[in-house]
Amino acid sequence: MITVVKRPEPSRAFSLAAPLLAVLATMVFGGLLFALLGKDPLAAIVTIFWEPLFGEFAFFYRPQLLIKGAPLVLIAIGLSLGFKAGIWNIGAEGQYIMGALFGAGAGLAFYPAESIFILPLMVLAGAFGGWIWAMIPAVLKVKFGTNEILVSLMLVYVAEQFLASMSLGLLKNPEGFGFPGSRNLQQYPSAHNAELIAGTGMHWGVVAAMIAVIFAYVLLARHRLGFAIRVTGQAPRAAAFAGVRPARLVLFCLGMSGLLAGLAGMFEVSGPAGQVTIDFNVGYGFTAIIVAFLGRLHPVGILLAGLLMALTYIGGDIAQSKLGLPAAAIQVFQGMLLFFLLAFDLFTNYRLRLGRTEVA
Amino acid sequence: MTDPLLTLSSLTKAYPGVIANSDVSLSIAPGEVHALLGENGAGKSTLVKMIYGLVKPDSGQMQMNGAPFAPSEPRAARLAGVGMVFQHFSLFDAMTVAENIALGMEHAPRLGALSAQISAVSEAYGLPLSPDRIVGDLSAGERQRVEIIRCLLQSPKLLIMDEPTSVLTPQEVEILFKTLRKLSAEGTAILYISHKLEEIRSLCDTATILRLGKVVGECAPRETSARDMAEMMVGKLLQTPTRATHEKGEVLLALSGLSAAAPNSFGMALKDISLELHAGEILGIGGVAGNGQDELLAALSGERPVARGMITYRGTDIGPLGPNARRESGLLAAPEERMGHAAVPDMTLSENAMLTGAIRMGLQEKGFMDWPQATIFAQSVIDQFDVRTSGPAAAARSLSGGNLQKFVIGREIMQGPKVFVVNQPTWGVDASAAASIRQALLDMAARGAALIVISQDLDELMEISDRFAALNEGRLSPPRNAQGLTVEEIGLLMGGAHGMEVAHV
Repeated sequence: MITVVKRPEPSRAFSLAAPLLAVLATMVFGGLLFALLGKDPLAAIVTIFWEPLFGEFAFFYRPQLLIKGAPLVLIAIGLSLGFKAGIWNIGAEGQYIMGALFGAGAGLAFYPAESIFILPLMVLAGAFGGWIWAMIPAVLKVKFGTNEILVSLMLVYVAEQFLASMSLGLLKNPEGFGFPGSRNLQQYPSAHNAELIAGTGMHWGVVAAMIAVIFAYVLLARHRLGFAIRVTGQAPRAAAFAGVRPARLVLFCLGMSGLLAGLAGMFEVSGPAGQVTIDFNVGYGFTAIIVAFLGRLHPVGILLAGLLMALTYIGGDIAQSKLGLPAAAIQVFQGMLLFFLLAFDLFTNYRLRLGRTEVA
Repeated sequence: MTDPLLTLSSLTKAYPGVIANSDVSLSIAPGEVHALLGENGAGKSTLVKMIYGLVKPDSGQMQMNGAPFAPSEPRAARLAGVGMVFQHFSLFDAMTVAENIALGMEHAPRLGALSAQISAVSEAYGLPLSPDRIVGDLSAGERQRVEIIRCLLQSPKLLIMDEPTSVLTPQEVEILFKTLRKLSAEGTAILYISHKLEEIRSLCDTATILRLGKVVGECAPRETSARDMAEMMVGKLLQTPTRATHEKGEVLLALSGLSAAAPNSFGMALKDISLELHAGEILGIGGVAGNGQDELLAALSGERPVARGMITYRGTDIGPLGPNARRESGLLAAPEERMGHAAVPDMTLSENAMLTGAIRMGLQEKGFMDWPQATIFAQSVIDQFDVRTSGPAAAARSLSGGNLQKFVIGREIMQGPKVFVVNQPTWGVDASAAASIRQALLDMAARGAALIVISQDLDELMEISDRFAALNEGRLSPPRNAQGLTVEEIGLLMGGAHGMEVAHV
């Protein structure tokens, strides 16, 4: 008989090993899935994990790693603060869109004037856009006790309608021959979030993601507010006893995650994407939820998880085009990763006991 | 002597790192009331769990009526005639008494027939209880009766009771004891777990004393003094807390008309509580659990701030202030529930020291935490209060209940409060540690602090209180001098026996 027994103390070794084991298990079972689909499992795994980094066209894919990883890390860092406190912002996708709209809007308002102040202004506007969108569920929760999961999620669809309306209306490129979508910010130097070092994929969003990682690390490890977040998530009554005000924490956590998601959207629209289009958002806000948990809600873990997730995206694309794997199979593969992580995570706090009870 | 009903021989049970029972033997005759006595962690619970089939012994045998007895699960134990009333009830609040009892039965009769049986048993054993009442409306004593009747319906030969009186008023205890004596006279053996020595002396025929998993003695409680039994339990001489006489000081804390709505549907509203607390005094507050103890502590700690003018601390109105503002000015509190309220289970002791010590111990500067300093503070609490743990880096949940209690109480005491409010200061703590916590409380009062001690343990309150008041239905009785109060008077202050009038429905 196998029983699951609670450990007296969480195992540190296992909390570090769980993500690695999850990746390994995903490779094994993902490989099995690919084999069932009639593809060579080894080739598929190599394509997903190896090709983007060391393959023939790695010079093209490696920058993609930072470009895709940065928004994931930036958003996931913000989400992790709330998740740690038991405040569930599921609507980062919407905040990401609003950040992009506010950021792009602020830049395009000055078109075609050139100034070094335009990009910083767009950063502020993008952060504000994400923040204000997240403050809607935050204030509703604090004032009326609404469920932030539902409100933030529903606001994603509202934001998508805004995005469509903006790319067809207010922000539409007057010289775009009637095509939906805004002017291309890549062709507007003052508003272009360009590569900082050519060929690396390094843009201001990557810098912002790194700063966010450090900020979150210091906040959680050293600052009273981070301590309040951790206590609230683990024992809400103890938090109340320690004088934490839940309302403030809700405003801070939702506000901060909205702000960072907004920044991610702004850096994306002014950089890699270049313009506001109807299908501007590609799900970073939802994938970041996986990234946050894959990274154990720890800033450094999130950094690594964001890069890993970006890798499976890029590798998945390559596998689709090169091996003809269906897109759904790649998504199952990514889903497996989260599934196995949660499964192995159980063993941080629990252990298996085989057979009958032993004598100490 | 008659043949024993149940014989345990050399039972041993080990958990990783701990030997819960080592070579324990005892025997119980039909109709015998047998006390199982020991400190927390002495192995009482493990022993009865083996009898009830919840835990399997590693070695040793049990015999029931001369035949081998090795229940693999509680159902087998129940079939063999063993009933058990747990310390924590497993009842559904939203269901009636009869429905709750039906849920726990193998082959429940129809509800109407069952209700008749329940009424019959409750009449026969003097346990007033109406089968149609909703459990959520019952007092703790009445809930316990539900559990007892659930056992009695199966006509057990052996009834195990785990700390049954901890939630009862003195009057309810009397009712319970009458029932138990009647059962014993009819031939039902009772295994009675407690650490309340006077109860055991009045109820039990024999007592087996456990310490660190081993039987350290047997005695006839009626012929042994409580002090002797306590010393067998603890294994050393007990220090009776001593106190210096002192003058009544200035008023430090005054409550006037303190009222607060119930925090939720199972909470209790506080109703018009007024009192004055002087420097150097200890006010003991008794009462059956669930009569507003948690709510009073939350109002005083600042977790649930109250309206202006209801709480005055050293001349300042602090009603609307939160916990940290109150801490800063010297009003500290320690809630009853240590896991998840006074301490965060998954955090280290250093982090838990930071939880309430940050302000008064200077563990933070401009919002940044000084972890090395918090570790030093945690270590000093561990040293001063003899907390058994591997060190400040241990997770709170790895500590035994009693040790964590010493830590959370010590954490507040070491911050030198001027007014200290504590709920159940020695709950689940072994006798010698309880004595040292009480001594620390008395020392604080001697140094001029004012204390409110809320407790279910009347002996404890009588030992340390200058004045005594009782909470009943969210109201506080006027405080009375503790000296000279009789148990009957205290019981009446606490609201007497709940639900006695239901006896003849």
